[in-house]
Amino acid sequence: MTPLLSVKDMTHYFGGLRAVHNYNLTIEPRQIFGLIGPNGAGKTTIFNLITGVYTPTEGEIQLENKNIKGLETNEIAAMGLGRTFQNLALWRHMNVLDHIRMAHYSQLDYGLLGAFFNSRACRDQENQVIENAHRLMELFDISKFAGDLVTSLPYGAQRRVEMARAMATRPKVLFLDEPTAGMTPDELVRMIRIIRKVHEDFNVAIFLIEHRMKFVMELCEQIQTLVFGEVIAEGPPEEIQNNPRVIEAYLGKEDMT
Amino acid sequence: MGIVKKFQQMFSTVPMLGWFLGILTAVLIEYFWGYDYISYYLGLPKIPVLFGALIMLKEPLMIPGALAYDLIVYVIPVLAVAKLTSPFTNQGAALLEKLPLWLSAVLHLVFLYAVLHLWAGINDYRVLIVKLTLISIILTVSINVINGYQGEFSCSHPGFMALGAYVSSILTLVLFTNDKIFGTALLPPALAPYCFPIVLVIGGAAAAVGSLAVAIPSFRTRGDYLAIISLAFMFIVKSAIENLHIIGGARGMGGQPDLAPLPVIFIWTTLCIWIIHNFVTSIFGKALNTVRDDEAAAESMTIKTRKTKMTAFMFGAFWAGVAGGLFAHVLTYINPGMFSINRLAEILAMVYFGGLNSIVGSIVGAVSINVLGEALRPLELFKWIIIPLILIFVMIFRPYGLISFTEINTKKLLEAKKHKTKQGVSS
Repeated sequence: MTPLLSVKDMTHYFGGLRAVHNYNLTIEPRQIFGLIGPNGAGKTTIFNLITGVYTPTEGEIQLENKNIKGLETNEIAAMGLGRTFQNLALWRHMNVLDHIRMAHYSQLDYGLLGAFFNSRACRDQENQVIENAHRLMELFDISKFAGDLVTSLPYGAQRRVEMARAMATRPKVLFLDEPTAGMTPDELVRMIRIIRKVHEDFNVAIFLIEHRMKFVMELCEQIQTLVFGEVIAEGPPEEIQNNPRVIEAYLGKEDMT
Repeated sequence: MGIVKKFQQMFSTVPMLGWFLGILTAVLIEYFWGYDYISYYLGLPKIPVLFGALIMLKEPLMIPGALAYDLIVYVIPVLAVAKLTSPFTNQGAALLEKLPLWLSAVLHLVFLYAVLHLWAGINDYRVLIVKLTLISIILTVSINVINGYQGEFSCSHPGFMALGAYVSSILTLVLFTNDKIFGTALLPPALAPYCFPIVLVIGGAAAAVGSLAVAIPSFRTRGDYLAIISLAFMFIVKSAIENLHIIGGARGMGGQPDLAPLPVIFIWTTLCIWIIHNFVTSIFGKALNTVRDDEAAAESMTIKTRKTKMTAFMFGAFWAGVAGGLFAHVLTYINPGMFSINRLAEILAMVYFGGLNSIVGSIVGAVSINVLGEALRPLELFKWIIIPLILIFVMIFRPYGLISFTEINTKKLLEAKKHKTKQGVSS
């Protein structure tokens, strides 16, 4: 089986600073993969490198055996790489329905002229998008907010909007950057359920950055630990949990939560 | 507050058709009796052009007369007819609702045009004001695409307008007139009205190409820096035209055939509003909003941000060019000074007064600033104190403009209003 996403020997420098060094990653289809590490280890940088926000200095990135290094972010996203952001990145003057609608951008082909003159193709495709958006909103339990501005939503709902939006791009692999940051324990449990559901219903692989050990250990099948831009350990949760180097570098003491 | 609410409730049953009918009655009253009877007996020298504003400001003694005129000719007939005919107009509106929406909208527009034509036709000065206001609407709606929907601060709209005005003027002068500089007409002048749309589109296209000079820097920079670049573009266009002596230089260029009567401008304005409305409500148009609110998120959601920015600028500039072409053929004379910082201030005032991210807002802004500008003309210099003051107050109380972030809902606008019995008032 070919891996869904593979990164080989990726290194990246910000000026003189080596942010990521010889990073390797293989994600199989339908795998849930976790990336942990202390603050400033370079986790989000790795996300940004793979999703094309920055182009890595060295290395190769392939999605389903197609090179995606050097492509624009929107092209990579359209090829099947959806993501959410660490600090919510929602469009503050737009309502929830529009958020989900916008993520269908790459699936439209009626063209600008179609948009100007409201052609039949335009109307048909837009209606289909709205239908699909309503289905997604139902799934993520945000239907009741459809017409509301995102800024008026509770925090947990905003997170769900972000995930619904990412799923609307029809990703093959979903990148979640700290999906539970700032959440209450209730919302955390709910998020675990949602991620499971997304994983089952959409057949996606998930690559997530997380700080809460409980969350990572429960969800992930495979975990990498990153320290100062280098992977110091990789393996299934039990192995990582007991790895002395991980405990030393990241967890500090043994009485972790 | 109570009176306003009561008033609103009283007239909530009047459909758009009813208001049109009311205005039509008012205009007919003015048309037939305005000069001979009403203004004569009220002691006014002639029919007040803009609701008596000019007379009131020039001769304060005439204020009661002018107000009475407004009351007799406009306020009372409009309100009375709108209210009294509402059962009939509601039936009419209900009938129109059975037609396809576009047909109903076209019929309403024809009605609106008829009323406008009649009102403007009473006086040549009114015709000019209406024409310039309609052109301002095109300008405002199109700059809203860039400054509102896309959220840049572009100052180059007069530059785009100048490109459109000059290119279309050169075309009509070369093709349809015997000009001192460009020689005899290449085509029979009788063809001019039919070719005029093509000329305007070419003018608009020229402006769109010119807009690339601002669009491409916008890939790398935003905010203040782009504002400076766009301002520079406007001045470059102005100085370039001033130094091109073949097209008249600073003296300007005159003699364009009068190809832009009121119906032509009205059609172009509605076309512009329709197309821009379609665009901004489609996903491709909403992409402008995503770029404004969070570009990184837009990229990650598969939105082509560069294409989106380029589209916004070229599209906005195209309509500015069309507006410029119409402007040149209304005044039949243009010079580079017309497309300078004053014009920019006017356009920006209209768009920020009316409301960002809203076509309705732009129309309201363009109409109110234009009419206000004309009405306050007798105050001369003080006009430029009063209008900015109003603008400051709008910015304080409604930072995004009067009507922002709202789209036209044609269906709701034109529908028959059922008689609501205390609906929504229940507490």
